[in-house]
Amino acid sequence: MSSLIEEMGAKATALGFPLCVQIDLTYRCNERCVHCYLDHEDHGEMTTAEIKDLLDQMAEAGVFVLTLSGGEILMRKDFFEILEHARKLTFCIKLKTNAVMIREREAARIRELGVESIQVSIYSHRAEVHDGITLIPGSLKRSVDAIRFLKSQGLKVTIANVLMLPTVQDYPGVQALARDLGVVVTIDPTITPMMDGDRSVLRLGIGQSELRQAFADESLVGNVDEFCAISAPPGESELESVPCSAGHSTCYVSPYGDVYPCVQFPLPTGNVRQQRFIDIWRHSDQMNEVRSIRLKDLSSCSQCAHGASCTRCPGLAYMEGNMRGPSSQDCEKSFARTGVPSANLLSKKPSMAGLVQIRNIPVVAGVSA
Amino acid sequence: MSKLYLARDARSAVRVLDGEAMVMSGRDSTLFSLNKTATLIWQAADGQTSLDEIVERRVCQEFDVEFGSALQDAENMARELAGHGILQISEEPISQTSRLAGESR
Repeated sequence: MSSLIEEMGAKATALGFPLCVQIDLTYRCNERCVHCYLDHEDHGEMTTAEIKDLLDQMAEAGVFVLTLSGGEILMRKDFFEILEHARKLTFCIKLKTNAVMIREREAARIRELGVESIQVSIYSHRAEVHDGITLIPGSLKRSVDAIRFLKSQGLKVTIANVLMLPTVQDYPGVQALARDLGVVVTIDPTITPMMDGDRSVLRLGIGQSELRQAFADESLVGNVDEFCAISAPPGESELESVPCSAGHSTCYVSPYGDVYPCVQFPLPTGNVRQQRFIDIWRHSDQMNEVRSIRLKDLSSCSQCAHGASCTRCPGLAYMEGNMRGPSSQDCEKSFARTGVPSANLLSKKPSMAGLVQIRNIPVVAGVSA
Repeated sequence: MSKLYLARDARSAVRVLDGEAMVMSGRDSTLFSLNKTATLIWQAADGQTSLDEIVERRVCQEFDVEFGSALQDAENMARELAGHGILQISEEPISQTSRLAGESR
């Protein structure tokens, strides 16, 4: 399936279709995860009618994969009404949730509405650690019970686990829990800065030694030698390639109708309350600027040893101040993976020049300094 | 040959790009890509129109094909897609109710 979906992605890009869109239905949440990048206050979410109209527009625009996320999607009382509407429009529907509000009845309804898969966030297999992240006592038990309800309906569930300092030792336990539940687990070391630019949550991110440990674990990366191999510098075709699918075949819509290239790329490109979705997708200057960028245009990354293999996120680069610049989190990953510092990391090394200070000393009796 | 009726599986995900449908099975998430002819048949599979009518009125009108061989190809395709659970086929018209009843895994 993956090659066919890649083929579809390439076709969508060539034809200018937004193949995959994530809509955050709300930023409200019943958990208070310590690493979360969202402001949970409601600043004027789209109404049910607005969301249904947006879904109509997206179906017409060619959107195939629709991810509904948040915040917590079930905080919206009209969640099932929205889901039902999406089902009628024959999207491939994926949900992201903490699942705390999913019991037998909700799981059965989700199954009836033909949801393709559900991603549930689990931070640790230990309640004291998971609940310490969500700040909600009992949340691990509720989420795990919900996974069982969803599985009992024959639904496909994926556990999403974030490697961060308070949880990094627990991922083998989460993998074991996933095996026990019969679900897939994805593990990601990326921490996203707050959407308002506040980068303080990055303090929770793991460092080089933990990254190196993770990248040497074949249960996470598959073939370690292959994963950690140093790739050849980018060739001509790589330099002409696009950095990622954001803005090319995918985009993201916030609960307030703002359209961005990706959930992790908060460059405003338009608002569906003022413009039609397809007009933003096709004609937004910002979206077209993102689309115009090729690897060769990235001043640091195009010269970097990891240029061809790096997972550089243009959204994280944008949040660092330059969408054509490097994403330091990805530089750190490439360094941990291969032991070779990226061009960006090398440029940040303390300058040797500071060790020798040269001052103008007056010439005295023909002796110069 | 008896008439065949086709109905799209109500839980499949589908989108048509440039005249070609991509269909994801609601049963096991398998993804299918249909060519333009198969897409025409898929779109016309309303449970009420017989396959020979679809081939005659849609496929033969749109493409330069001979009815007999087009019908045979269409039936083979329909049976293959039915085997993957993204299409229902029956010798009787298929109502909305029976399409929904056929959804259970």
